[in-house]
Amino acid sequence: MTSALLLRRRLTNIVMLSLTGVCTALVLGVLFFILGYITYHGIAALNWDFFTKLPKPVGETGGGMANAIVGTIKLLALASLIGVPIGFFGGVYLSEYGRKNAIGFSIRYAADILNGIPSIVMGIFAYTIVVLPMGHFSSLAGGVALGIMMIPIAVRSSEEFLKLVPASLREAALALGLAEWKVVSFVVIPTAFRGIVTGIMLDLARVAGETAPLLFTAFSNRFWSRGWLEPTASLPVMIYTYAIAPYEDWHRQAWAAGMVLLMLVLGANLLSRLILHRQLRG
Amino acid sequence: MKTVIATGMFILSLVGSAWADPMLINGAGATFPYPVYSKWFDEYAKIHPDIHINYQSIGSGGGIRQASELTVDFGATDGPMNDEQLSKAKVKLLHFPTVLGAVVPTYNLPEVTADLNFTPQALAGIFLGAITKWNDPEIAKANPGANLPDKLIIVVHRSDGSGTTYVWVDYLSKISPEWKKKVGVGTSVNWPVGLGGKGNEGVAGLVKQTPYAIGYVELIYAEQNKMPSGRVRNSAGQFVKAGLETVTAAAAGTIKAMPADFRVSITNASGEKVYPIASFTWLLIPEKIDDPKKGKAITGFLRWMLKDGQGLAPALLYAPLPKEIVAMEEKAIGQIKY
Amino acid sequence: MARSNTNIFSLAIFRRPGISPADRFFRASVLTVALSVFAITAIVAYELVRNSRLPIEKFGWSFLWGTTWDPVAEQFGALPFLYGTLVSSALALLIAVPVGLGVAIFLSELAPRWVSDPVAFLVELLAAIPSVIYGLVGIFVFVPWIRNVLEPALSGTLGFLPLFQGAPYGVGMLTAGIVLAMMVVPFIVSVSREILMAVPLSQREAILSLGATQWEMVRIAVLPYARSGIMGSIFLALARALGETMAVTMVIGNRPEIRLSLFEPGYTMAAVIANEFTEATSDLYVQALIEIGLVLFAVTILVNALARLLIHSVFTKVEVRE
Repeated sequence: MTSALLLRRRLTNIVMLSLTGVCTALVLGVLFFILGYITYHGIAALNWDFFTKLPKPVGETGGGMANAIVGTIKLLALASLIGVPIGFFGGVYLSEYGRKNAIGFSIRYAADILNGIPSIVMGIFAYTIVVLPMGHFSSLAGGVALGIMMIPIAVRSSEEFLKLVPASLREAALALGLAEWKVVSFVVIPTAFRGIVTGIMLDLARVAGETAPLLFTAFSNRFWSRGWLEPTASLPVMIYTYAIAPYEDWHRQAWAAGMVLLMLVLGANLLSRLILHRQLRG
Repeated sequence: MKTVIATGMFILSLVGSAWADPMLINGAGATFPYPVYSKWFDEYAKIHPDIHINYQSIGSGGGIRQASELTVDFGATDGPMNDEQLSKAKVKLLHFPTVLGAVVPTYNLPEVTADLNFTPQALAGIFLGAITKWNDPEIAKANPGANLPDKLIIVVHRSDGSGTTYVWVDYLSKISPEWKKKVGVGTSVNWPVGLGGKGNEGVAGLVKQTPYAIGYVELIYAEQNKMPSGRVRNSAGQFVKAGLETVTAAAAGTIKAMPADFRVSITNASGEKVYPIASFTWLLIPEKIDDPKKGKAITGFLRWMLKDGQGLAPALLYAPLPKEIVAMEEKAIGQIKY
Repeated sequence: MARSNTNIFSLAIFRRPGISPADRFFRASVLTVALSVFAITAIVAYELVRNSRLPIEKFGWSFLWGTTWDPVAEQFGALPFLYGTLVSSALALLIAVPVGLGVAIFLSELAPRWVSDPVAFLVELLAAIPSVIYGLVGIFVFVPWIRNVLEPALSGTLGFLPLFQGAPYGVGMLTAGIVLAMMVVPFIVSVSREILMAVPLSQREAILSLGATQWEMVRIAVLPYARSGIMGSIFLALARALGETMAVTMVIGNRPEIRLSLFEPGYTMAAVIANEFTEATSDLYVQALIEIGLVLFAVTILVNALARLLIHSVFTKVEVRE
């Protein structure tokens, strides 16, 4: 009887442990399947036109997404303009002055809330504060939506990397009689700089793929969008419109756009991982 | 990071300056005429490189909304705005018919290759959820000899506010009292059954993807995607296929009775050759345009559309406007002030 | 994460009486920027409330349990969307929790460090894939597969349950749940893995010395110890699933009705906003959509707060023990 029990226990052990392995294989399988599938269809669909031409009228074959690629770059630049300074200085405050006080706590909490707000709600917000008062859709509105979405992660990652700067460094600099703001600006921040940049890169990669907040802010545009006050096309919104349409050629281009976007996002992830790895080693 | 931002700004300033010339006019709305509109705006940009008209097909409901809120320079719809909507708009909006189109039932039946016949009762029954199988007698009796499968019908409708929906339910309300009572007419309604697809594009996409599905789209979406379009029995008892002639025939009755604001429904029109689910589609133009340059460009486009633009419509299976209506509209353009 | 003592070296404690104007200025400006994070969050909430006045006045709380969404009659009830959001998210968790925990256990207990770290990174990549790409693959790969293979198989074997009846649409609640599961699994894995790895070695050694098998060790000693943290990771995943928009919009079928069968199309709060926001024709309609946004906002805040609380409690426990 004891041996039967032992056998059962051993069997359960093997079965359950191998199941965890199966789960891991399954999840990795999904990842590689998605990556492989997008790459397979994307490569077949990518051509020079995709990067250089404007979209064709509906139903006609050919054309590209040049305006959407530029549109995405513009939106990201605008988003950084809003998200990076606020996120960065917010992080400086949290790490240097707000580690344990009430203000620090509430700002951290606000950042967490902001981070949890669904992206579509952020779109509504940008619509009510930018689109409605200005009276029309614009790159600006899209940039604002994405920029606000960048803030929480930028705040928290900057804070984390600044905290990693050894306290001894701060003490040494202060002991030399350096003013507090100089210690922060010329000793602490440069030390954490690489990490902070990496965090922001990841943050950008995250908002680069956001579609929902752009649907009624940046809207879309068949042509080039001039300046910042016109609607603009963007890669994610183009993927969405092209994917749900019935046209084969649009599907083809959606795959191409999907691959470009994926490369952008995953590239940023891999790169930042590499940089961080080096830094931790060095 | 500074260098990143600096390079970014540099690239952007290049981008900004390189394409700074043409004026951009933004329009949004109906997906029903989107193929012909995007053709028009493309052609127009070739003739007038200084004017780009950006049209986004977000649905007629969206066209009405965004034009009323003035978030776009003009709107487009296939269901005319009602009086309440007109009175709530921030600016007085004028309706300009552009072309005529047909809404067709399109379906995905692997077993059936021929075009199916639909009685009005069959269409109402399917979209009310009363008819659930493809081999239902109401469908079978209109299609003797067709190999109708014993499969559940998957109904696809629009998820967004849509003029195509408006035309479709306007028709169903006219032929089915039950529909009128239960569902009613609007750009978006409370559907009794089915899946929602976004835009004519989305409905066509869903039907094409889903075996045993039926949906309704503008004719060109079925044609461009090689999907069947069913014949519908008109009020004279004939099964008629949607096409240029049958749609033009549907408009014939309204030429004399066209109201001055062009808001008119031509579904279920009488006549032997009439396709019963046809409609005008309209541009919504503000009566007062603040920017004179934009006003000039928009009226210029309207005149071109009524003259040269009409010639481009038949190739995309939209029926051109009757001459009399073109003449009425050319006069109405004078109402636009800028 | 265990960084309890570093704070005493924070600059704040060097606050001297004779602080220079430059320092004061620097502090004030950094504080102002930091406070703007707080302000922005508050403004978002305020704008949502301000812009949903009309339906709040007209429908009151009945907005939450009204089942009719009828733009023609201007009757707006959000229950079908609440239902769709909750059911699709619950379905996602039903799939993602066991799988995610399995992966986390494998990575923390079985795999050596040189396997565990890169695999964890790969799993996190799943979270980096944009939502719209899940939708793209969803439409063209998962939907046909679910329609042609999974749904017929389910209705063939479990068809007696009302959950698995009806026409195999392909798009619908089930598909949304499966796609969501893929999207939230990385959250469960990465947080749970860290939490499992934070369980003290003494816990494991004690039970192993009693002759337990490795699985028994996980089940009896490790998982209960990490329970609240794992719950936290689940809530984190839930918050993410609730607000997910694009992928769901593309595969759920967009139909505001409450149906028991998982094959039937549904609708979520995020999806209805995405679909109808630009085309809503009246103020009441638009504001009803904004109120849905407000509800979604409130629900996700709640779930997120719960998640943080639970995860935090594990790490404080670990810190105290060590």
